[in-house]
Amino acid sequence: MRSLPLAARLYVGLVASTAITVVVLGSYDGIDPATLVLVAILFVIAESISTMVDSGKAGISPSSSASLAAVVLVGPVGAAVVGFASCLILRRQSIVKRVFNGAQFALAGYAAGWVFRMLGGDIGVPERGDFPWIVLPFTAAILAHTVVNGALVAGLMWFLGVVRIQRPHRIRWRPVATLELSSIGYGMLGLFIAAIWGVVGPFAVLLVLLPLFIARWTFDQYVAEQRAHEATLATLCQAVETKDYYTRGHCMRVSKASALVAEELGMHAERVHTIRYAGMLHDVGKLGVPTKVLQKPGKLTEEEFAAIQLHPMRGYEIVREIGFLDEALAGIMHHHERMDGRGYPMGLVGSDIPEFARIISVADAFDCMTSTRSYRNARSVSETITELRRCAGTQFDPVMVDALISAIEREGWDPGVVEPPDDDVAEVAQQDHDDPSVPLRLEGEGER
Amino acid sequence: MITTLGSPLKEEPKRAAQPRNRIDPARSVVIVAAVTCAVGSLLWTLFTGFVDPDVALAFGVLIAVGELARITLPGNREVAPIASAGAIGYTFLLDVGGDPVNHSAWQVIAVVSVGIALGALPHIAVGRAPRWSDLARRGLVVVLIALAFRPFAERMSPDSQHWWLVLCVMAALVMASWLVDSGVAAAIRAERLRTRLSVAIRDESRAQFALGMAIGSSGILIALASTVTGLAGLLVFTAPLLVTQVAFRRYAEIRLTYLQTVRALSRVTEVGGYVETGHSRRVSRLAHAIGCEMGMRESELLALEYASLMHDIGQLSLRSPIASGATVLASPREQRRIAELGSAVIRETGVLDSVAELVRRQCESLHGDGDDGPPPLGSRIIKVANAFDDLVGESTDRDRVEAVLQRLRMDTGHEYDPDVVETMARVLDRPAARW
Repeated sequence: MRSLPLAARLYVGLVASTAITVVVLGSYDGIDPATLVLVAILFVIAESISTMVDSGKAGISPSSSASLAAVVLVGPVGAAVVGFASCLILRRQSIVKRVFNGAQFALAGYAAGWVFRMLGGDIGVPERGDFPWIVLPFTAAILAHTVVNGALVAGLMWFLGVVRIQRPHRIRWRPVATLELSSIGYGMLGLFIAAIWGVVGPFAVLLVLLPLFIARWTFDQYVAEQRAHEATLATLCQAVETKDYYTRGHCMRVSKASALVAEELGMHAERVHTIRYAGMLHDVGKLGVPTKVLQKPGKLTEEEFAAIQLHPMRGYEIVREIGFLDEALAGIMHHHERMDGRGYPMGLVGSDIPEFARIISVADAFDCMTSTRSYRNARSVSETITELRRCAGTQFDPVMVDALISAIEREGWDPGVVEPPDDDVAEVAQQDHDDPSVPLRLEGEGER
Repeated sequence: MITTLGSPLKEEPKRAAQPRNRIDPARSVVIVAAVTCAVGSLLWTLFTGFVDPDVALAFGVLIAVGELARITLPGNREVAPIASAGAIGYTFLLDVGGDPVNHSAWQVIAVVSVGIALGALPHIAVGRAPRWSDLARRGLVVVLIALAFRPFAERMSPDSQHWWLVLCVMAALVMASWLVDSGVAAAIRAERLRTRLSVAIRDESRAQFALGMAIGSSGILIALASTVTGLAGLLVFTAPLLVTQVAFRRYAEIRLTYLQTVRALSRVTEVGGYVETGHSRRVSRLAHAIGCEMGMRESELLALEYASLMHDIGQLSLRSPIASGATVLASPREQRRIAELGSAVIRETGVLDSVAELVRRQCESLHGDGDDGPPPLGSRIIKVANAFDDLVGESTDRDRVEAVLQRLRMDTGHEYDPDVVETMARVLDRPAARW
């Protein structure tokens, strides 16, 4: 936010001045000042404890419930004042951010209040006779609040260049839908607060906020636990591959490349998440292959080759008990299948190979070729792309190859840089089963 | 010493999975009490007649749906927050949209029982039986509150000037019932895991506190708000608790996933041929049983479980597997190196420091090797369980187990913790299914 573009400054200024106009020029007839102050305090508290969802980008907070309670209790202008009160949020925040947030909440509250009144909602503590029909204008008010709030924030993001306008099918709708649904849920709560405001007054606040405080606390724990899980998984995967000096970081990079491909193909966030794990775990079964076979210079005997061919199955056996992996399991088991059916372990052909396996296979080969091996230097990304294109159709699925290439061209790629080991402590392999450009050689045969 | 024990007897049948035919007194008492209350109230209400059937129906449906959406929290605790909140709401209900309601405590219990039963049926139909003790506890909480509150409900008019007093009574009742419920849950847990009651009470109240408060406040809220919004509000009222439930469910899922991941990846040492098949799993099971019996807290037990699953992970850094993978037979220096390597790997995660510490000190003798004093209890347990499993393996031969126990006892002076060894002997004395 330090160097705000001019357009963004103008935008923030426009939003802020509109909000101030609304607050200053609005009519305050029939608004109970005590209620207004209490709701505003409630709103500031709720906003201050807003929960950050795991990405840290979009915050879910119970504050919209307070804002919508204001819509019912103190009407559009009151809601605008309450929204503006969020400038006073008890958190470190730059002044521009404070003003913008306050202003956009004020406008959203004003719009919601206006919609509520247009559809026949009465301002003030709801009476018994108002239910259940008050729910209709209130729902419309929630939608108006969500739409205005979303549009104003998206506008700022667009001016800041954080988001680009994308074709509809490229936007991942699911997280957006989840976020909206939850904010509608919080909004409904506003009616709730307004309804019992007449019965227990500010006591209502405690009762309403308690489950939400607890939900937020649990959600924080969930996020922490999820980070811990990911850190542990990554560490254990790396522990498995420390045996070979040159393959360090391989699993993390395959995981990253697989996720790139999956995103490029427009998969759901959940599947992208799963394939991240699959990529990380794909070579875990390599541990079942004796080290001397993996690192053998020269040609392999039939038995040794059979031992290498076993590693996807071994990996599958290790991780099959991890419940959430489901689709990833197939990816791990079949990541060495080839489109022409000459792969292992089962020799599946074409589209019989699970989608995840086709993705991991490309990502695996890509990372192998772009990183240094003891018997050759790292290839450049463009060389690797040529090689991948050459193998597309026979070894790799052309769709996945294209997806990887366009993702890499857009996002760039940071290959693992490995300095050659300076002593003889580290063990190094003389060949790599993942390397399509240097296939494993078998005794008594040409190339495989 | 080892040769006297003979070779591992692989062909022996595994410990037969025994049916759960044991009778736990506390658990049985709770279930019988709940069933008696439910059936009794149902019959009594059928006999004397229902009042306000539409209200009963609405809350019954809410309870059934909540029960259908039950979740399992870490530690195998089954909860149904929405059903519980609905039940508490129905108990505290004084007025629906201006019309006072006068259902008796017996009717409350009957409606809640029917709701819970209807919600549980689909689960049972597809073979997911509920945890009967948790189900019974959900019912009993309502029995307690209803019997204490309903007889005086008529005196609490919603329009009186003393609203805050009614609120306080409700909050106090919820707190009291929550305390009783934690006690009951702890008794059942202590019985099941053979841990100490005081430890179980602390674990249970810690595990249930947050959700209990959310359920309680939502229940009170539902009851109070119904006076204004009527039954149509019920849908809206469950929304905040739904958010809480979703958060808890996701938390429970990630905890389970975490455990599954560590369990699965602890097997890489087996697949790599470093240790015998099933070693980590057996050591972790044995260590967990010993830890329970020695009164470790739930959080400590989790760290112990992780540490014992990963205690051999340091072997991955060895150039070649040590003979037969049994660390107990390796030289002290080698054991120490494996422990330190493993601990370094685990510390790398940045989140499992206590686990790494347990792994690092797993091979130290009873009084400690360095200046750090004696190793923590978890490390001493892992040391004993690991030695036992290295020497016994999959065998269930009583003589062999006795011989190994004898050998460990001879070393209790300076190597093994005598308390841990004796606890292990007690654990091994029980049928395997009761660990």
